[in-house]
This record gives sequence, C-alpha cells and structure tokens, in this order.
Amino acid sequence: MLSSTILAAAEPLSGAGWSIMLVSIGSVLTLVSFCLYKVLSLPPVDVEEHIKGPLEIDTGDTDETD
Amino acid sequence: MVAKTQQSDPEDGGRELWGTRIGVILAVAGSAVGLGNFLRFPGNAAENGGGAFMLPYFVSLLVIGIPLCWAEWTMGRYGGTKGFNSAPGIFSVLWPNPTAKYVGAFALLIPLIIYMYYVLVEAWCLGYAIKYLSGDLMREGKDPKFYKNHLFDFIGANEDGALFSPGNWPFLLTLLACFAFNFFLIYRGVTKGIERFCRIAMPLMVILALIVLVRVLTLGAPVEEDQNVVTGLGFMWNPVGDKLTDPQTWLAASGQIFFSLSVGFGIIINYASYLRKNDDVVLSGLTSSSMNEFFEVCLGGLITLPAAFIFLGPAVAGLTGSNFSLGFIALPNVFAAMPGGQLFGFLWFFMLFVAAITSSVSMLQPVIAFFEEGLGLKRHAAAAILGLLSALGCGFVAWFSRDTKALDTMDFWVGTFLIFILAMLQAVIYGWIFGIKKGDIEAHQGAHIRIPRFVQFMLKYITPAYLLVVFFLFCFYKLPSSDTLLTEIDAPSAKAIATGDVPEAVRETLAASEIEIPAESVVAGDLSTTLLVKKAAAGPTIVFIEPVNDKFGIYQHKAGQFEGILNSPVAFSSVCFIAVVFAFLLILVRIAGERWEQEGRFRTVEGSAS
Repeated sequence: MLSSTILAAAEPLSGAGWSIMLVSIGSVLTLVSFCLYKVLSLPPVDVEEHIKGPLEIDTGDTDETD
Repeated sequence: MVAKTQQSDPEDGGRELWGTRIGVILAVAGSAVGLGNFLRFPGNAAENGGGAFMLPYFVSLLVIGIPLCWAEWTMGRYGGTKGFNSAPGIFSVLWPNPTAKYVGAFALLIPLIIYMYYVLVEAWCLGYAIKYLSGDLMREGKDPKFYKNHLFDFIGANEDGALFSPGNWPFLLTLLACFAFNFFLIYRGVTKGIERFCRIAMPLMVILALIVLVRVLTLGAPVEEDQNVVTGLGFMWNPVGDKLTDPQTWLAASGQIFFSLSVGFGIIINYASYLRKNDDVVLSGLTSSSMNEFFEVCLGGLITLPAAFIFLGPAVAGLTGSNFSLGFIALPNVFAAMPGGQLFGFLWFFMLFVAAITSSVSMLQPVIAFFEEGLGLKRHAAAAILGLLSALGCGFVAWFSRDTKALDTMDFWVGTFLIFILAMLQAVIYGWIFGIKKGDIEAHQGAHIRIPRFVQFMLKYITPAYLLVVFFLFCFYKLPSSDTLLTEIDAPSAKAIATGDVPEAVRETLAASEIEIPAESVVAGDLSTTLLVKKAAAGPTIVFIEPVNDKFGIYQHKAGQFEGILNSPVAFSSVCFIAVVFAFLLILVRIAGERWEQEGRFRTVEGSAS
C-alpha cells in the first residue's frame, strides 16, 4: 500500500487530482464565504440591544480577595 | 459592525458573556484551528490515499462533524441560560439524573490532560520560531541528519529528564512563557482575554499562512526538474483508488474531523454557555466549522506536503506518519534550502505557535469555569489551582520525554480514545435524552439560518451509529498487537539473515515496506526468534522471522496500545496519572453537585423550565 502511495507521489497532479483539489477547496471557500458574508452583514442591533449599562462592565471577581 | 465588548450582562444574571458575534466565532474557530490542521491533516491524507481521502473526510464532516458541532453549541447555550458554564452543570440540566454530572467530568478531564502536553508542543513551536529569528537553525542547513538530531535534543527524546538538565534553561523559559501567557489570557476572562486575543490572532494566522502559501506555490523546481509545485500537489491530492475501500482510511478521516473540529473535547459546550438566550448558534457553529476547514483544506492542504515534496522528493513519504517528523524535521530541511528560508521558517513556526495558543487557552476555560461555579472559587484562586494541576501534568510529560512516550500515551488515550467516548455520550444525550424535537426548537432560537430537518434525524440515529462503528474499528485496529507477513523466504536466506548477512533481494523487499536492516540490529540465534529491529521515524519497528509451512516468513510486529502499556513503565505511569486526575475530578464533581443541591440551583432550573 505504502509503495503504491509513493509511486503515485512521483507523478504530477493528474486530472482526478486536479478535480478533487479544486472541488474540495472550492466547496470550502464557498461555504466559508457564505457564512462570513451572512455573519458580517447581520445588523448589530441584536447584539447591542443586550447592553443595558456601560460598555465595559467589570465583574470584579479578579479584584476581590477570597 | 460589531458592538463593543462587555464582560457581564445584568439582564442575564450578571454572568460572564461573549462581547460580539464574530468574537465567539473566532474564539471557537481558534480553539479548533491548531497544529492538526497544518501537520496532521496533510500527513493523514497522504498516508490514506491522497485525494481519495477527501471523500471519507467530507462524509465524516457532514455526518458527525457539523451535526455534533450544532448539538454542542445548542446544549452549551441551553445550559448557560440555566446558569451553568461547566460541563457537569450543563449535563445535569440536560439530563436530570445524578449520573449526568459525572459524565461531565469527561469534559473536564479531556481538555485538562490535552493541555498538559499541548503546551509543551506549543513551546517547541515558539522555540523553533525564536531559533529561526536568531538564525540558529539556518547555520548548519542542508543537512537532513542535523534537523533530526536537533529535534531529538530539543524535545529531550533521547533520554528521560533531558529537558531539565543544566544548560537547557532556554527551553524551560520558553515553556514557562507559554504557560504564563495562557494563564494571563484565561485570568482576564472570556471577553477581555480569550475573545480579544482571538480577534487579533485569527486574522494574523491567515496573513502568515497566506504569505507562506504564496512562497510555496512560487517555488518552481529548485532541486530536481520533476520535483516541482505540480508534482508536490500531486503527492498530496492524486487519488489512490483502492484506499477508499480500506476501513483504516475511513477511520483516519473520522479521527481527523474529530481532532480538527474540537468535537468531543468539552470546549464548544463551555464556550457556547457564555451566549445569551437569543444569540445565534446555527450560523455561528457553521461559520466556525467552515473557518477551521479553510485553514485545514485550503492552507494546510496546499502548504505542508507540497513544500516538503519539492525539496525532499518521494522520500517525504517516510515522514508523513508522524506529525512531529513532518513539521519539525521535513520542513526545517525545506527552509534550509529555500531562498529566504530563515524568514519563512520564522513565519511558519510563529503561525504554528499562534494556532497552538488559541487552542491551548480554550482547553483551560472549561476547567476554570468548573472551579469557579462548582467550588465557588474566585478567578485567581481557580487559576492558581488549575495552574498547579496543569504544571504537575506538564512536568510529568516533560520529564518522561524519551521517545515522547508519555506525550504519545496521553494523546492516544485522552486525545483520541476518550474523545470518541465523550462524543458518543454527547450524541446520546442530545438525541435520546434532551430530544431532537426540543433540540430543534432550542437550536433555532435566534438562528439566522435553518438546520435542515434531516440533520436532527441524523443526530438521533445515524451519527451515534456511525460513531459506534468507527469506535469499534478504532479499537480493533489500535488496541491489540498485530503481525503482518511482509514476505516469504527460503531456508538458506533465513540462515543467512540469522548470521547477519541479509540477501539483497530480501533487503529490497523490506525496503519497499520502508524497513532497512542495519547489520548490527540483527539478533542472531534460533531462526524462529531472529529479530531485526529498526527504529523508524514514526516509532520502533520490530521485524521477526518465523517458519511458515516449509518456508520462513518475515513478519512485521506492530505493538498495540495494550502491549505498549504493559511493556513500558512510562506508558503505564501515564495511564495511571490520567486515572488519578480523573478520580480527583470525580471527587470535585461530587462536591460541586452537593453544593448545587444545597443552593437549590437545580430547583431553579426545574422552575424556569416549567
């Protein structure tokens, strides 16, 4: 098995290799672009509406002693 | 576009929350993107049929990876809205049964143990980046043996305790710096620490990886005419058809998806618990998974192996079985021969360091969250106890550094075996206890895209069944030892081997299986006990001769994990160490459970549920 992998390795990218590489990379790029587009184009209101007080609220738990 | 950060929301009971939508996505993606994307994935693909590996890989992604991610995000946010951030608490909310909190202990053990050895590998990356910056690794370039010896010295692989020998303080300082940085981030909390860091680290990693990618794709053919970018890509992507029917290929693909997406680590469920009730989990989960795939397929798949092949040729096949050999031996050879190699070597290892730190910091958060809410500790007390515990484990792995035995043992039993267990438990809890109907309603609360209906059906039936099959295959192939017949030889050849004189034909046959027989390794004696031992890059290989009918067979012995534990005191101690840590966590979980009962936390949950 291993030797057959090595033999295939010495060859240039075949038609099947090109197809698999392009389909794999293309699918992932399409998916990540779609997701990022959706996330970044969402209105920020639903995040901001939760903010009821100052933007930097410190819980204070790192300042208190035990 | 994104709101500024906040650490807690009075409307949400003052609990700690993520600041921004993109922040939590980057944090989860940062947790998933690590060394596995750049080293494990290409090695796995090349060893398991190149392009043919991608079919089982994408099937695993669709059947177990993304569905389980959505399930973990959903369960985590649900637990968080009921007031719990740690897995024992979240599982108790999902499954109102006294056993549930103990199941959650797995989700503490896994990230904690993985952190203990992962931070060591992180220190290797930082150490190599510093060495490239200072030019140390370029001075004796173009000498393959130098990089192997250098790695073994650097990680103390030749002797236990070597890392603590006098004169090795630069590495110990590097390790200390990594440790301190992780705890600095965790001490600052999810928003000010993890989120803020990931919002810088993730884009930085993309930039660094793209610079290295452009360099690799414009290398041409610097060594041999037939060792160019196209043959390098062919080595990685050309399909070997018969591998598709090999169960080990499917096993490797499933393992890669698990390791890569951080499914079954107990991390996503903890991170998602810091979301608000109406924060989206479907789009966020899909985005973080797809970002991880971008790093793995688009960057890892185009950089590591093609670069190594261009400079090392088909010989690189002997290094794909080990992540460390590929990353820390093959690539330094490449950078030594590459124009501008010092700069690109630095960029590469610094990128690996950043990838490692976004992952390692995520391994601490589930445990610190448990210490805080389960034991009522303040952040600095929780960080101090966690620091001591993880330093103890890291010290154990660093001390038993010979052949990276402790690291490999922990990586197998926790970083692979227990991940399967926890993923299966989570799939059952989601599909059969929490319920897919409730899960579907919960997941779509505030969702910006819809999960296809069949995914819920898959989560109940197909995903657990697929996981179970993969788990049994995994146990079948990895746990017991096995002997493989390499070739048959006649009696005179066997006698010749026993006296140290290996016939050329036999030598060539064994070379096809990547086994070289140095004369001094032949243990002469009775023909049936003749041993030929070769220490390969991926680990020791034992070859022995035994009579087969009227001939002799040369067998390759592969030690299974059980044999590994029985034969190695270090491996045995590592497993005992894991068991002791687990027992300790179970006791803490019991204490936490009693505390929650006394405080009426579960009654509050029941009340809010009704």
